Amino acid sequence: MAAPMLRLCCPGRRWALACIDGCSRHRRGAPNGCTSSRRRGQSSVAQQPFITAQKPRKGCTDRRVDSVALLIAPAVSEHEWAAVVGLEIHAQISSKSKLFSGSQVHFAAPPNSLVSFFDASLPGTLPVLNRRCVEAAVMTGLALNCRINKKSLFDRKHYFYADLPAGYQITQQRLPIAVNGSLVYSFCAGKNRSQVINKTARVKQIQLEQDSGKSLHDDLRSQTLIDLNRAGVGLLEVVLEPDMSCGEEAATAVRELQLILQALGTSQANMAEGQLRVDANISVHHPGEPLGVRTEVKNLNSARFLAKAIDYEIQRQINELENGGEILNETRSFDSKLGCTIPMRDKEGKQDYRFMPEPNLPPLLLYDTESLPAGADPQQVIDIDRIREQLPELPSVTREKLVQQYGMLPEHSFTLLNEVGLLEFFQNVMKETRAEPKKVTSWVLNTLLGFLKQQNLAVSESPVTPSALAELLNLLDRKAISSSAAKQVFEELWRNEGKTPAQIVSEKKLELMQDQEALEQLCHAVMEGHPQVVMDVKKGNPRAINKLIGLVRKATLSRADPTVIKEILEKKLAS
Amino acid sequence: MQFDQSKCSVLKGFVTIKDGCAHVVPAAAVDLYFCSVSPGPCGGRLSTRTMLGRTLREVSAALKQGHITPTELCQKCLSIIKKTKFLNAYITVSEEVALKQAEESEKRYKKGHSLGDLDGIPIAVKDNFSTSGIETTCASNMLRGKGYVPPYNATVVQKLLDQGALLMGKTNLDEFAMGSGSTDGVFGPVKNPWSYSKQYREKRKQKSHCENEDSNWLITGGSSGGSAAAVSAFTCFAALGSDTGGSTRNPAAHCGLVGLKPSYGLVSRHGLIPLVNSMDVPGILTRCVDDAAIVLGVLAGHDPKDSTTIQDPVKPFVLPSLTDVSKLCIGIPKEYLTPELSSEVRSLWSKAANLFESEGAKVIEVSLPHTSYSIVCYHVLCTSEVASNMARFDGLEYGHRCDIDVSTEAMYAATRREGFNDVVRGRILSGNFFLLKENYENYFVKAQKVRRLIANDFVTVFNSGVDVLLTPTTLSEAVPYTEFIKEDNRTRSAQDDIFTQAANMAGLPAVSVPMALSNQGLPIGLQFIGRAFCDQELLTIAKWFEKQVQFPVIQLQELMDDCSSVFENEKLASVSLKQ
Repeated sequence: MAAPMLRLCCPGRRWALACIDGCSRHRRGAPNGCTSSRRRGQSSVAQQPFITAQKPRKGCTDRRVDSVALLIAPAVSEHEWAAVVGLEIHAQISSKSKLFSGSQVHFAAPPNSLVSFFDASLPGTLPVLNRRCVEAAVMTGLALNCRINKKSLFDRKHYFYADLPAGYQITQQRLPIAVNGSLVYSFCAGKNRSQVINKTARVKQIQLEQDSGKSLHDDLRSQTLIDLNRAGVGLLEVVLEPDMSCGEEAATAVRELQLILQALGTSQANMAEGQLRVDANISVHHPGEPLGVRTEVKNLNSARFLAKAIDYEIQRQINELENGGEILNETRSFDSKLGCTIPMRDKEGKQDYRFMPEPNLPPLLLYDTESLPAGADPQQVIDIDRIREQLPELPSVTREKLVQQYGMLPEHSFTLLNEVGLLEFFQNVMKETRAEPKKVTSWVLNTLLGFLKQQNLAVSESPVTPSALAELLNLLDRKAISSSAAKQVFEELWRNEGKTPAQIVSEKKLELMQDQEALEQLCHAVMEGHPQVVMDVKKGNPRAINKLIGLVRKATLSRADPTVIKEILEKKLAS
Repeated sequence: MQFDQSKCSVLKGFVTIKDGCAHVVPAAAVDLYFCSVSPGPCGGRLSTRTMLGRTLREVSAALKQGHITPTELCQKCLSIIKKTKFLNAYITVSEEVALKQAEESEKRYKKGHSLGDLDGIPIAVKDNFSTSGIETTCASNMLRGKGYVPPYNATVVQKLLDQGALLMGKTNLDEFAMGSGSTDGVFGPVKNPWSYSKQYREKRKQKSHCENEDSNWLITGGSSGGSAAAVSAFTCFAALGSDTGGSTRNPAAHCGLVGLKPSYGLVSRHGLIPLVNSMDVPGILTRCVDDAAIVLGVLAGHDPKDSTTIQDPVKPFVLPSLTDVSKLCIGIPKEYLTPELSSEVRSLWSKAANLFESEGAKVIEVSLPHTSYSIVCYHVLCTSEVASNMARFDGLEYGHRCDIDVSTEAMYAATRREGFNDVVRGRILSGNFFLLKENYENYFVKAQKVRRLIANDFVTVFNSGVDVLLTPTTLSEAVPYTEFIKEDNRTRSAQDDIFTQAANMAGLPAVSVPMALSNQGLPIGLQFIGRAFCDQELLTIAKWFEKQVQFPVIQLQELMDDCSSVFENEKLASVSLKQ
């Protein structure tokens, strides 16, 4: 079951590359686009019958004040709208056991097999905080430039729901573990997408809280099945201030956060497995005027849907307001099939969560090197400075290094990081090959990734190993084979029959012809056989020589270097 | 395999197993009960009869010396449980479990590997502590309906069992411990054993001859009334209560027992079905202070399953026999002298103060200025936590579930309406009101601030050099049930918790020690409140006091008509035991 879900995710990953110039490309394939531009607005409008009924140029007024939007939609209209998007991102903490109980954390375990007495809220059970989850929160907070609160508190948030066994969620409402940070995410922009534009979304806070269980509604038998495996798993709720203005920005920010969490190891952040879920708060207003009424679109579980839902919602709000309607402060969900957001039925109307301090957990105290009590048991205290020392390299730094070290295009550095395992693959190839970094980049990003995408495979599932690709590129590098032969070898490798590139080359006789004399004879024969083409060349048709080259290559079974062939032919034709 | 919500109990491990314990006493046990022998002058086997009225420490010594076996003791207690069934002290009698434990204990004694003072000692546990494999009801339809059987033991229960104690059963209480009479549980009210005591009956006879005695039985106080009655009626030697606002000390006072509420954080709450998490403490009911200290020594200490327990290692509680009180400073809080206080309690209180003074202690009047706000503040905090804690009882994972299945919401509503009594529902409603966003600052936050002030009152007093505070435990002695139910639960709780709940708000240790019998022949207890985590000092002073006042043993001959000799007993003080 995991596999098809994973595949669904792939287009989203590619999308998350978020290159502004690439938007037109995405418009072709994927229906989602960047909202704030008029073109994109229309593209999303086109999918919604009820919006197409609107005056066609509504979307034009949608303009953002930021530079990225201006690149696309410089026209300023008097009816301009600005969209404001804030995000609440729930990331499941990668930990062995749950936030407050000893039950294990596993995706796709048999239903209700990972449920402790506490998770099922048996009366009399008490929460015991998982140290690992606290460390993950601190580390994430540090990576997001947050101020870590040395004292934080837990609260109960009450609501009745079948997959919330205690009737309340333990969260950090009043005093969260980390506050006031920032998330920097980047776009590639400019003519060659070589210009990197950094944007910042402020991180309001990071709080530790419990995940809920899962409800499976069986409408046919009108019953609900509850799986409590997820109940009580630790979540990091990262609250981003409304500093984004379109679906694409939001999706890019989320993608960057995802990479950071994965680099830190604090969350696997796999959206398809629900380890990363996003709620988006969206409103529109006229620049210079107060913010509009916001709606919340809940439970967005892929980057693609996130962008689509936000863009749809922005457009819907603009349409609503332009038609004299009003926006309700409501919770909506995104219907991925219809591509639109719909109000969630909420019988109780406005929920009052009746927050209350969690009396069973004392305040969570953290220390730094200065405040660490002398002789404290390291198992009993958490030292923020020690966690800071353990921070791994963050994705933005990795990308910068790639650009500097290998002269790579920024765009390529993004792609390398965006695919899980691709960077490691690339680095492993680099270790074993003498080929130019640019060549390796091209092979990894175009050939390998192309093959993987075609078959919906993850990098880890690639039949071609980094060593095999490195060997292949070495052959290419010392001109033992031609580029086209190399492609052929790659295809063979992809079939995964256990042969090395060298074996394939020798079996298929793909070595480049090194025998100059034989090549000259072949060229001669081809010229003899095609006098008309030779005439064309001599008449001055510059393309005719390419035909001759092609014919010679064919005769060599593509084993000759076209540049060498060209040299010989030119020499012969000139004589 | 999915968890079927509509059919409930599919969750692994939560399938309720019907308690297998029969509530019938085997004939053999009854026989044994009658055929005991009087103790010989040269220290032969002590009669099991005379064991029952003794203290835990005495009986523990007798077990160690082989004067009685754990099985004999267990059967005696089971027999009395049966005889005193009408007291309604027990909800569940775990006879089979107890006998099996007794058997194990006996083996240990035979091998000379006794586990300690509690090995082979019959104990009872209030029915709001989780007991693995034994139904736990909280005296509520919510849990009783489907017969909720916890799959784990509360830490305190486990600690008692680990020491070899025999679990006789689960005792009656007010529903979810909400009450001060032990009258508002689904199993009906608990009757105070003193209603049937010789001391009380004789006084009554003098007063009126025509009253129907049976209809005029007394309440035990509560909410741990079942535990109090169980210890008071000699069915066990110690019992666990819970104390949120006085629920252990109040019935202890009414039943002539020592009722200890330890410092908050000293004893684990894991497995105690909560009333107010920030105030609940497992309480200890015993016949004497030393017994309470023994049990506290077993229970106290850090529990990894309860993050609010203190990390510091706890030393065993051995109480020195205080001979000199001249260095003590006893505080008498003036605010506790309320108009509602009965003159008898008042005079005993002042007598106690005089006693300390005459023995050289410094007795001073102190002020706890925020006392008058305590009850209303307690009400807000208590109901708010109740509203939150009760949210889990929704009919899904365990406990009662109604038949309505039109929607989950309708199911919740009907389940909770059917499962909880008026008292619980009332508190949930008020609590939710106080927690509403618009009310939170005005009620909950204010109450928290007042709580801080109340706690600070105590800190100030203790910082001024006071060692313990001496106060009444209750306004008066136990009242007849018919009298008690003239007021509703809320009014009663507010009245009856008046002297006790401040200690819960401040997390302080407090103990009620029986002082004397009232004119009616009913016990009156006084309360000592100590510094946080100075439980041992508190108990040491209580022990001295206990020794001075020589509170009489309950005489239940008439109740146990056909085995009157069982209860013939020396006064506690006359029993000399080596420390």
